[in-house]
Amino acid sequence: MNDPAPQFLSPNAKPAFAPGVRLANSEAHGGWVLLAPERVLKTDSISYEILKRCNGVNSISSIVNDLATTFDAPREKIFADVSALFVQLASKRMVNIT
Amino acid sequence: MSAEAATLQKPLGLLAELTHRCPLGCPYCSNPVELESRTGELDTATWARVFREAAQLGVLQVHLSGGEPGARRDLVEITKAARDAGLYSNLITSGVGINTDRLRELADAGLDHVQVSIQDSEPVSADTIAGYEGAFERKRTLAKDTVQLGLPLTVNMVVHRANIERVEEMIELALGFGASRVEIAHAQYYGWALRNRDALMPTRKQAERAAEKLVPLRERYRGQIVIDAVAPDYHARYPKACVGGWGRRSLNVTPSGRVLPCHAAETLPLEFWNVREHSLAEIWGRSPAFQAFRGTGWMQEPCKSCSRREQDFGGCRCQAFALTGDAAAADPVCHLSPHHHLIEALSGGQGAGEYVYRRMNTSTSAR
Repeated sequence: MNDPAPQFLSPNAKPAFAPGVRLANSEAHGGWVLLAPERVLKTDSISYEILKRCNGVNSISSIVNDLATTFDAPREKIFADVSALFVQLASKRMVNIT
Repeated sequence: MSAEAATLQKPLGLLAELTHRCPLGCPYCSNPVELESRTGELDTATWARVFREAAQLGVLQVHLSGGEPGARRDLVEITKAARDAGLYSNLITSGVGINTDRLRELADAGLDHVQVSIQDSEPVSADTIAGYEGAFERKRTLAKDTVQLGLPLTVNMVVHRANIERVEEMIELALGFGASRVEIAHAQYYGWALRNRDALMPTRKQAERAAEKLVPLRERYRGQIVIDAVAPDYHARYPKACVGGWGRRSLNVTPSGRVLPCHAAETLPLEFWNVREHSLAEIWGRSPAFQAFRGTGWMQEPCKSCSRREQDFGGCRCQAFALTGDAAAADPVCHLSPHHHLIEALSGGQGAGEYVYRRMNTSTSAR
């Protein structure tokens, strides 16, 4: 069962986009945007790298590990970014956490 | 701020009014009182071109609306054209005129989201407001089909005197329908709603109570359903940032191809260009209607020197014109407007009268 609005995320939690939410590349805006019902979020380079790993299969810890390796960055800092982004998107029902 | 040309922004949303035909007769309909007939509607290929031009211009989301978009026989093709153009498509429907099979075809064509209007949480009252017996049950069916197909659902509820006491029940109904989002939208007084204002306007006390009720409900349902509210305009202290600022974020194409900065703009004495004669980029950038109130250069006092001028953009041009006769006046909703007394006089909710249902003039309707 989904926890509808988590305050923090377990490393084993698996985020997935809610129905009707998808990443799209917009030439006109020169980058990736997250499209959802009546909402548009422009991604920056960090949030894009996080969101493109969101597929309902990857856990939070595997996303964090992947990013830490790819960008040679501290895990704690990345975990904080990843967790904050998904908590925010879950409260807007743009991401489901299982 | 000088009167220099305002910076051109990229629009994000396009409201495609595919038709003005609709089986319902809601007295608060935002369509103009002079409805356009079927014979003048844009064809499929033209809509497809408009969508491609819109995407190039920056539009990310298209709202397939009307009237009832289901009245278009080519709705599936139109939806596919939106997807092919790379747009996120949102179907705004009354729920009457789109059966299960058609909804499945729309989903297969790439439809991203469905928004259905529900007139009240009480079925009998809902059908009375819609002027269509059995509408509520058909909406319930469409909502169920939407969720079963895995499409996200928004329930839109327009709030006015006849249903304002039931905002809590409305949100529960939307949850029961499986919606992930509900809009509690106070009626905005343009088009048919302006004609029916006396019969629709709640009292100030009712509007305040409805707003108070939403606060704990948002908290209770956080993460389960997103509650978006459209504030009761006439009972506010500052005006709304109408359409996010004129010619800044969105545009509206009427069934016959006229391009408007907002859906009510045809009430203003402006020159509107048509997609049959101009590209969308030309219209967005250069047409007189879009230039008229873009930025802040057109403003007069009290807007001109107001610290909120780039926050609410002077409010709504159509409301300013309808109530003061001057489209460049401050929206009289603003308590700083010299015309604010007009709103105060109209916002008591003490009016009477029966609904004038939205209907096509039979002499111009092709149905």
